[in-house]
Amino acid sequence: MVDRISEIWGTRTPFARGALWPVRVDQKLADGVQEKDVDRWVQSACVLCSNGCACDIAVKDGAMVGIRGRAGDLVNHGRMGPKGLFASWQGVSHPDRLTSPMIRENGQLVPCSWNTAMERIVSKSKALLKERGPLSHGFYTSGQLFIEEYYALAMIGKAGIGTPHMDGNTRLCTATAAAAMKESFGSDGQPSSYTDIDNCDAMFLYGHNMAETQTVLWSRVLDRLAGPDRPKLVCVDPRETEVARLADVHLALRPGTNLALMHGLVRELLHNGWIDEAYIGQHTMGIEELRSTVEPWTAEAVAQTCGVDAEDVREAARIFGTSEAVLSTVLQGFYQSSQATASSCQVNNMHLLRGLLGRPGCGILQMNGQPTAQNNRECGADGDLPGFRNWENPEHVQELAALWNISPETIPHWAPPTHAMQIFRYAEQGSVEFLWISATNPAVSMPDLPRIRKILAKEEVFVVVQDLYLTETAQAADVVLPAAGWGEKTGTFTNVNRTVHLSDKAVEPPGEARTDLDIFLDYSRRMGFSTLDGAPLLDWQGPEDGFEAWKNCSRGRPCDYSGISYERLRGGSGIPWPCNDEHPDGVVRFYEDGIFPTDPDYCETYGHDLLTGATVGPQAYRAMAPNGRALFKTASYSPPHEEPDEEYPLRYTTGRTAYQFHTRTKTARSRQLHKAAPKAWVELSVQDATELAVREGDLVRVTSRRGLIEVPARVGDIRPGTVFAPFHYGYWDAGGTPDGHPTAANELTITEWDPVSKQPVFKNAAVQVVKIADGQGPAPAPTTTASRPAEASRFGSGQDSADATRLADAGHPVSGHDSTDAGVSAGAAVPPTTGGPDAEAEEFLEPSSPPQFPDAIQPDPGHPRAAHATGDSGSGHSTGSGEGEDSLQETLKSALKGVERVVRNAIKDVTGGHDNDGGSAGKDRP
Amino acid sequence: MNLSIYLGLLHKAEQTLAASFRTVAEGHGAEPDVHFLCQTLAKQCDDHEQALKPIVDRYGEDESGAEPERMHAEGISSTRSGPVGLLRDLHDLYLLASLVDVTWTLVKQAGQGLRDDELLEVVSSCDQQTAVQLKWLQTRMKQAAPQALIVAR
Ligand code: SF4
Repeated sequence: MVDRISEIWGTRTPFARGALWPVRVDQKLADGVQEKDVDRWVQSACVLCSNGCACDIAVKDGAMVGIRGRAGDLVNHGRMGPKGLFASWQGVSHPDRLTSPMIRENGQLVPCSWNTAMERIVSKSKALLKERGPLSHGFYTSGQLFIEEYYALAMIGKAGIGTPHMDGNTRLCTATAAAAMKESFGSDGQPSSYTDIDNCDAMFLYGHNMAETQTVLWSRVLDRLAGPDRPKLVCVDPRETEVARLADVHLALRPGTNLALMHGLVRELLHNGWIDEAYIGQHTMGIEELRSTVEPWTAEAVAQTCGVDAEDVREAARIFGTSEAVLSTVLQGFYQSSQATASSCQVNNMHLLRGLLGRPGCGILQMNGQPTAQNNRECGADGDLPGFRNWENPEHVQELAALWNISPETIPHWAPPTHAMQIFRYAEQGSVEFLWISATNPAVSMPDLPRIRKILAKEEVFVVVQDLYLTETAQAADVVLPAAGWGEKTGTFTNVNRTVHLSDKAVEPPGEARTDLDIFLDYSRRMGFSTLDGAPLLDWQGPEDGFEAWKNCSRGRPCDYSGISYERLRGGSGIPWPCNDEHPDGVVRFYEDGIFPTDPDYCETYGHDLLTGATVGPQAYRAMAPNGRALFKTASYSPPHEEPDEEYPLRYTTGRTAYQFHTRTKTARSRQLHKAAPKAWVELSVQDATELAVREGDLVRVTSRRGLIEVPARVGDIRPGTVFAPFHYGYWDAGGTPDGHPTAANELTITEWDPVSKQPVFKNAAVQVVKIADGQGPAPAPTTTASRPAEASRFGSGQDSADATRLADAGHPVSGHDSTDAGVSAGAAVPPTTGGPDAEAEEFLEPSSPPQFPDAIQPDPGHPRAAHATGDSGSGHSTGSGEGEDSLQETLKSALKGVERVVRNAIKDVTGGHDNDGGSAGKDRP
Repeated sequence: MNLSIYLGLLHKAEQTLAASFRTVAEGHGAEPDVHFLCQTLAKQCDDHEQALKPIVDRYGEDESGAEPERMHAEGISSTRSGPVGLLRDLHDLYLLASLVDVTWTLVKQAGQGLRDDELLEVVSSCDQQTAVQLKWLQTRMKQAAPQALIVAR
């Protein structure tokens, strides 16, 4: 048993480059439940981050009582992180759940029947459509619904109502990933695979605190770092994250200056000739503009603007330029900061310059934050057209109209889809009067909360909220609909590296809660949305009908699901799309042949100017004739719009902790996670704390031009001049309102967004900090992650050396660990974050040999390979493939085999083979 | 040589456009994209003006020309409010930027006739940006128009 609160990443299973990542099955059962008590295990995948760890849910007496990672899945090889272990079923099976619809009567939300609630919605909706038309309706969804639900909603919005005002909170988390891939490659679609971690010899993490956001993916990296041939690691992050601590080069740049740094790195590659001229000539366009844009950015210029060491810039570029196989990953540090798309495109450009794409170990992971963000993008509930179709391409619009049997004029395609911030602006101005919010909590997660609260409270805006709990947003709704959660419904979703998983229904939802899909289908029925023939627009009977409809819609597009079925997803590993006749088992990585989806008839966008967001348009794009070449897109650097000044002298940035997800609706309802990170805090550097006479744990007020928060200070290892706050902490568990001491990081953030991706800028604002009271003890921030205290106030004996061992295990030179003079800021001594017996979870080390593509994937029953398949094809809720009820005994039996394999790997590592995925990726698209 | 008349026109038009971008930025603070981008684009116009200086120094700048003052467009001195007001203001900016754009084209023609490399280089560093300014204004207006013209209150 391992305390998975203190050991976030669990036990190391080191492996060498090119070897397979060993299996480690993680399991947590409810108090008092033993494995033998479990009635059945139901296949699913975790929905608490974008990693998509495959798991089985333990069910006993009709209730969820445990979780276990699936050994045979290509994503996680059996592992689960703390959120999956402690908040998957625990965050759903909770007495706080909404069990009845509610409507607002005389200012109060009161329970009512489904019929009453739906009739209220439908009568409002019909009246508005009649009086004001489709542009009065807005839909704001999530990164946490299933494919079938997004696609149903996309059809309702685009084919039923005909409104362009649809978006998801994916706009806040992953819009830039999509935008950067569209601009560089012509279409969304993750180029790389997690197996590139296994095969690279250098990794670059750009604004990606993977150690906390995707803990299981980070375990994979840690296992490489602890292996015999540690890859080089470069970290770009203003905080001393776990990634930074293990990095060979840590570029702790000023928030808001990413693009300047990227220009400097690109310039180094160009000036040192670390480029592949032949690849550039054959497979790209636009090198000249790239050259001239980056030319002013010498390492010294970067040093000055970004506040980093010029030598570190050169060293990072050297690692990129001279390593054999480089994997880059990008997340919120880039996506939620200034010039997000331009900065993220520079990451793509670095790979294009060296042709480092489409080979094992060479790739880019433009990450997602949420578990199903990918599907919102694919299905078009975020405003894009379904199947990565191009709204500016009349043929694509026509295709959809034919598929849905509606008039193409109904589909809004006269202007770009309305992004989330603009939908809220229209609501603020009174032209969007019907706003349906599902599975997200903008009252905590959007920027400038004082403004968002005012909009949600407006009399004139009719707000429908569909959720598991009475969130801060639901409290402001006119109608609240209780939704079924994970484990209470069936559906599919797709992780960051395009792996599609099925999540089967394990138990009944509480009370009268209904699935999001049923709610959408009911709305469509009551509204009478129909096809040209008068048939119902959505005649699906359940999720599988929805999946089949989606397969049809995706056919022939980059995200082709046509070869996947519920049946194929049961039993084996998840399947990476595209999966079709040409690629019956899916595709591991894209662009092996250097052919990109930029063909004007096929591409998802004609692109934008990255500085302004001006559209390029069909004519100019066709004239450019990219024809399968990738585009070097870039923009000149502009300083962030809100810079520190005399009144607000510090830079403010926001982010996440490993123990919470989003606005904590699930994770704070888990005992273990809540205890690990119970309340809000703010991080200050030792230097700033000293100047402000703030000691560890003191209550401080942080003020921006928008608002203020009052939270305890953690004196930590952040870059001086920068202040960090976690964004999870709203008010549902603190009286429901920000009265008293406001704590939500977004009270302070600015209303601004990237011109191309329209992703809000959460990571740059100017603030002032003052101390308002002495501390009552240390700040409630975890000590196991980036929020750890600066050394001076770090716990007593023991922990520091444990910490050092961990770093050393991951191949980090610990001796250079300096101790800062922090006498002044050392307040309360900080006890280490641990979970105790409550947080102990089981780990089964190497119980079976690691899954491998394509064998891990359940063969298509109609496909020739099926004849050779072994294992259970799965019926009903079977977890199949040797992972059934008694799978653990099975897998433990093969433990010996696992040990054998480790030895084999060690030998293999000496002999140096490193292409473990069989190179069977094939072409990127049909 | 009459190029000086057109250099004067261009100089004045960039100045007017810069000031107008700033006015719109100030007047539409509640539309953050408009607010910040108009500031950025105003700065581009300032840079264009700077870049023109050595050329103006060589050819002179005739602001009195026989009649071209008719072609000096009035800048935007105050902004309108509401969704339609925003659309109108962007529309005004579009007209001002179009004037700048076509003037660059004509100055470029003269530069080619003169084989004046310095002038041509200035043109090539500026006229692309002006083209993008126009594109952006168009993109933003297209986005705003349906809501402003159909449902705005
Ligand atoms: S890494 Fe993400 S998907 Fe995996 S268990 Fe943790 S929260 Fe769930």
